[in-house]
Amino acid sequence: MLKYNDKVLMIVFAILVLTGPVILAPFGAGYPDLLQRFAIFGILAVGYNILFGLTGYLSFGHAAFLGVGSYSTVWMFKLLTMNIIPGMILAIIMSGLFALLIGFITLRRSGIYFSILTLAFAQMSYSLAYSVLTPITNGETGLQIRLADARILDPKNESGSLPSTNLFGFEMNDTWRTTFMGMDLQFNVGFYVCAVILIAAFYVSIRIFRSPFGLMLRAVKTNQNRLMYTGINTKPYTLAAFVISGMYAGLAGALLASMDPLAGAERMQWTESGSIVLMVILGGAGTLLGPVLGAGVIKYFEAIFSRINDNVLHGWFDFLPGFLETFMVWIIHPFVGKGWSLTLGAVFMIIVIFLPGGLMEGANRINKRFGKQKRGSADNAKAPAE
Amino acid sequence: MSVFTPNRRGLIKSGALLGTGLAMPTIFTAGSAAAYTNAPTGSGVTLGFNVPQSGPYADEGADELRAYELAVEHLNGGGDGGMMNTFSSKALSGNGILGNKVNYVTGDTQTKSDAARASAKSMIEKDGAVMITGGSSSGVAIAVQGLCQEAGVIFMAGLTHSNDTTGKDKKANGFRHFFNGYMSAAALAPVLEEMYGPDRNAYHLTADYTWGWTQQESIQAATEAKGWETVNNVLTPLATQDFSSYVAPVLNSGADILVLNHYGGNMINSLTSAVQFGLRDKQVNGKNFEIVVPLYSRLMAKGAGENVKGIFGSTNWHWSLTDAGSQAFVKSFGEKYGFPPSQAAHTVYCQTMLYADAAERAGTFNPCGIAEALEGFDFDGLGNGPTHYRADDHQCFKDVLVVKGKDNPTSDFDLLEVVQVTPRAQVEYAPDHPMFAGGALGKCNPGA
Amino acid sequence: MDAIFLQVLNGLDKGSAYALIALGLTLIFGTLGVVNFAHGALFMLGAFCAVIMRKILTLSHVSLDPEKTNFLGKPLEIRTPYVELWWGDVGTWMIDYSVLIAILFAIPVMGVMGIVMERGLIKHFYHRPHADQILMTFGLAIVLQEIIKAFFGANPIPQSAPDSMSGAMDIGVLFGFAEYAVIYPYWRLVYFVFAAVVIGGVFAFLRFTTFGMIVRAGMADRETVGLLGIDIDRRFTIMFGLAAAVTGVAGVMYTPILPPNYHMGMDFLVLCFVVVVVGGMGSLPGAILAGFMLGMLESFSSMNEVKAIIPGIDQIIIYLVAMIVLLVRPRGLMGKAGMMED
Repeated sequence: MLKYNDKVLMIVFAILVLTGPVILAPFGAGYPDLLQRFAIFGILAVGYNILFGLTGYLSFGHAAFLGVGSYSTVWMFKLLTMNIIPGMILAIIMSGLFALLIGFITLRRSGIYFSILTLAFAQMSYSLAYSVLTPITNGETGLQIRLADARILDPKNESGSLPSTNLFGFEMNDTWRTTFMGMDLQFNVGFYVCAVILIAAFYVSIRIFRSPFGLMLRAVKTNQNRLMYTGINTKPYTLAAFVISGMYAGLAGALLASMDPLAGAERMQWTESGSIVLMVILGGAGTLLGPVLGAGVIKYFEAIFSRINDNVLHGWFDFLPGFLETFMVWIIHPFVGKGWSLTLGAVFMIIVIFLPGGLMEGANRINKRFGKQKRGSADNAKAPAE
Repeated sequence: MSVFTPNRRGLIKSGALLGTGLAMPTIFTAGSAAAYTNAPTGSGVTLGFNVPQSGPYADEGADELRAYELAVEHLNGGGDGGMMNTFSSKALSGNGILGNKVNYVTGDTQTKSDAARASAKSMIEKDGAVMITGGSSSGVAIAVQGLCQEAGVIFMAGLTHSNDTTGKDKKANGFRHFFNGYMSAAALAPVLEEMYGPDRNAYHLTADYTWGWTQQESIQAATEAKGWETVNNVLTPLATQDFSSYVAPVLNSGADILVLNHYGGNMINSLTSAVQFGLRDKQVNGKNFEIVVPLYSRLMAKGAGENVKGIFGSTNWHWSLTDAGSQAFVKSFGEKYGFPPSQAAHTVYCQTMLYADAAERAGTFNPCGIAEALEGFDFDGLGNGPTHYRADDHQCFKDVLVVKGKDNPTSDFDLLEVVQVTPRAQVEYAPDHPMFAGGALGKCNPGA
Repeated sequence: MDAIFLQVLNGLDKGSAYALIALGLTLIFGTLGVVNFAHGALFMLGAFCAVIMRKILTLSHVSLDPEKTNFLGKPLEIRTPYVELWWGDVGTWMIDYSVLIAILFAIPVMGVMGIVMERGLIKHFYHRPHADQILMTFGLAIVLQEIIKAFFGANPIPQSAPDSMSGAMDIGVLFGFAEYAVIYPYWRLVYFVFAAVVIGGVFAFLRFTTFGMIVRAGMADRETVGLLGIDIDRRFTIMFGLAAAVTGVAGVMYTPILPPNYHMGMDFLVLCFVVVVVGGMGSLPGAILAGFMLGMLESFSSMNEVKAIIPGIDQIIIYLVAMIVLLVRPRGLMGKAGMMED
């Protein structure tokens, strides 16, 4: 059972996630694709945090599990049915097995040696998926569903257009739009599927954090040698953490493919693994909520900042007199549009310099300053130990 | 066997309540209000320009974006009208498209299928784009084309050269103006035979992914038909930086031609390595050793610098062409930005014009109407001579340029010279050609 | 036989690039214990020192040619570099040798850059978790490469080697092969020799100078050296500057081999981490050995004969070997116990 604080956290989290389309609409992020991505990468980061946040093992190969999950799911779409359940199940099983294999080998080493081993595995998977394994992965183009695919469980498709992914009839791309206070709100089936799974994944992660198993993993992070001297074999624990986080990644991959039935090899590249690591560190490794926040921030930059062009800027500063408008556009121009990664890099640096411990540290500080008088326990609930 | 497909309608209805939760006033649900996805509601219409802005092709993307901005300006009646004046169809009059002012949104494909699709999706879902266009690689083009087919919007491909884009991955909502690997080969082979003779031994270095394979296959078939032998075909990993270990074995392989089926950074690096190894000063079997780069672009030529001098290749278009359309385009682009446009800029400008014109002629933005207007469309005045948009696979057929690296360039942009304008008839192929087989257009999808 | 000899040369050549970058990286790892993801960016900045040097040398006086026109029908611009206008042939010679001149430019620039980086940023991260170091240096790498992109674009910028050192030589004859059997580019040979000199220099510096001795002592036990009243921090700062300068000149010299672009640092980064780790954390000779070993293996795995047996082996060889080495030798080839293992 959850403690009171965790219950509060869980409920607040669930409400925030489920009302995502409303909360995020004012920030221009309230459209299905980005909302789905927030949720999916949230799951990925929550899972990665179980490994890295608890045990301190820095894996640079988690993108490989994401890719394995996506490929498994798309193959299920091609062979069995467009229902996302079989795909998700296969993805979790495949990525779990893959993680078991890789974890079994790589966990023989620790520290940077472990990181490089996982990186090597992931890069090999990526290179092979891009070239030699093209019959399975469709290489550069990515694995896609086609009209001619078997789909033996589905009724014969005679419409001439590709079927949509669905969950027992709910199509993932069905959206209900409405206008509320001038904002365009979009409630999308796919997002709610992802959101429910995210909440479930978050719940499981809380349970792991609070369990004796979680405690053992923290002990590994604090001092593995001491554990070994006391006669405890840590390998089964770390391996279990590795496999669990691999399955989370596989699940995220399955959801990515379910929202958009395409699996590309780039998903497995080291830069993707790197960005998972960055998401978790940015949000705050070892905190419960941090990784989800970190994932959100990075995806937001990627999706929104890259789309601001000079036209948009001129629109923003329209109210200013001509020369000031030009000046403001000139100032901001290098940081948006094609300069979005510059801003992201700068944000990484600023956050890590001023907020060691990531975004959650920032939330804590704000909380300490303003929230303490009101409710002393909130502190604890938002950022549990670590 | 419909285990997983119970009564869908009913479920959706109950799902609506369950899903929204907050019970907002539902104004409309998907599939009931409009005849097609993102039908323009106000007086404006939004186009989505999805180009690489980060990653190795960022400069190419930037050039595409310039051309798009120029096209939008011309469509809205600004500037000097560019190729609108030389375009054989006179449906466009400079008051937007169908009286709607043209707006645009931009996005970054990062030259990754995932990011490109995410960006295109946001344009469709958030900004209400009726058409997506752009891109600088075939993997991305095919991925985004598939997305547009599902979402029910038109995709006007940018720079994509793989046979697959209008071959096994063709889609009813997707259209390509750019040429492809087969056409490159068909245009290049006769010129190569003429320049280097019929009994040559070619050694291929090929980028190890789909585009590389289709291009290599095309070139090999076309040159072998002219009597060349193919000594070897070596696949090189995409991530290769230094090609020395792939170039070195060419020296003593008995080959006297090296074909580099590479694009972008790969091509720049492999060509630089090949020239460094002195291949071009070499004599084999009493003939000069030669290097061929089947697909050229000006940016690549610029990146490879002096190494491109005298090397043959093909391109879709070049600014030094003297027909009225090309000149009008070069003039308005050059005056706005100060340098001549690249082939990527040209193809995306044409695609935007063709889309606008098709919408104007069809009298609607409905993708099915536009597809109908574009299919089998014959036009002229866009720089490549009389051009035909084939209905069977949505591929444009037009003259292809065979070019060679210029020996004495006069500026940073004057790097290629046109050797021959290969007439359209020579590069045409049947829609069921084996290199393009295996796919189906399907039906046009208006979405909604 | 000649094919194998060629690949040995290729391996040495690739290996020298890997070894040079890994040398700087391992100096920083070994002395400061910082995971520096911005190291690739230093290599890239070095390469752009060469680009900038050439830009400076070819700053041109623009005159109009009344007879020729450009693409818009306006008079063609003729650009004459100022150095040629002022110094005639000496100017032409300077442009020709701009890569070598760029080395003189790059050493102080990169050294200062390294010192500024260490004092301004890295210093504050010595006692922070590795995760924080990664986030910070990764952010820094992105910022640096985006700045370069903003000024120079994303397209590679070709840099030619001096005329006297471009082209290829028939090196095979020297080793008893038939004429024209083994041809190798001059500049790649130059690069190999250059790498050997730099690596030798760094080793000699650490081995035979008092400064080097203190740094080595500091690497072994920082605290004790500090207790002896030696200002180890200042020396580590200088080491960082040195590592940056070494990596920078490696970048400068690399430009004629492959045209530099803004993301070349990221392309080399992962590889060099693999090299350093395979060599063993904290071991300079290990990094050099691993650099050459991986360069050699990469070359051989791309031979057609090898690829015919195992298709796609050239795609994964580096990672495969890294894995085998790390599984057989827990701390890489020559690593020390306890370094970066937690």
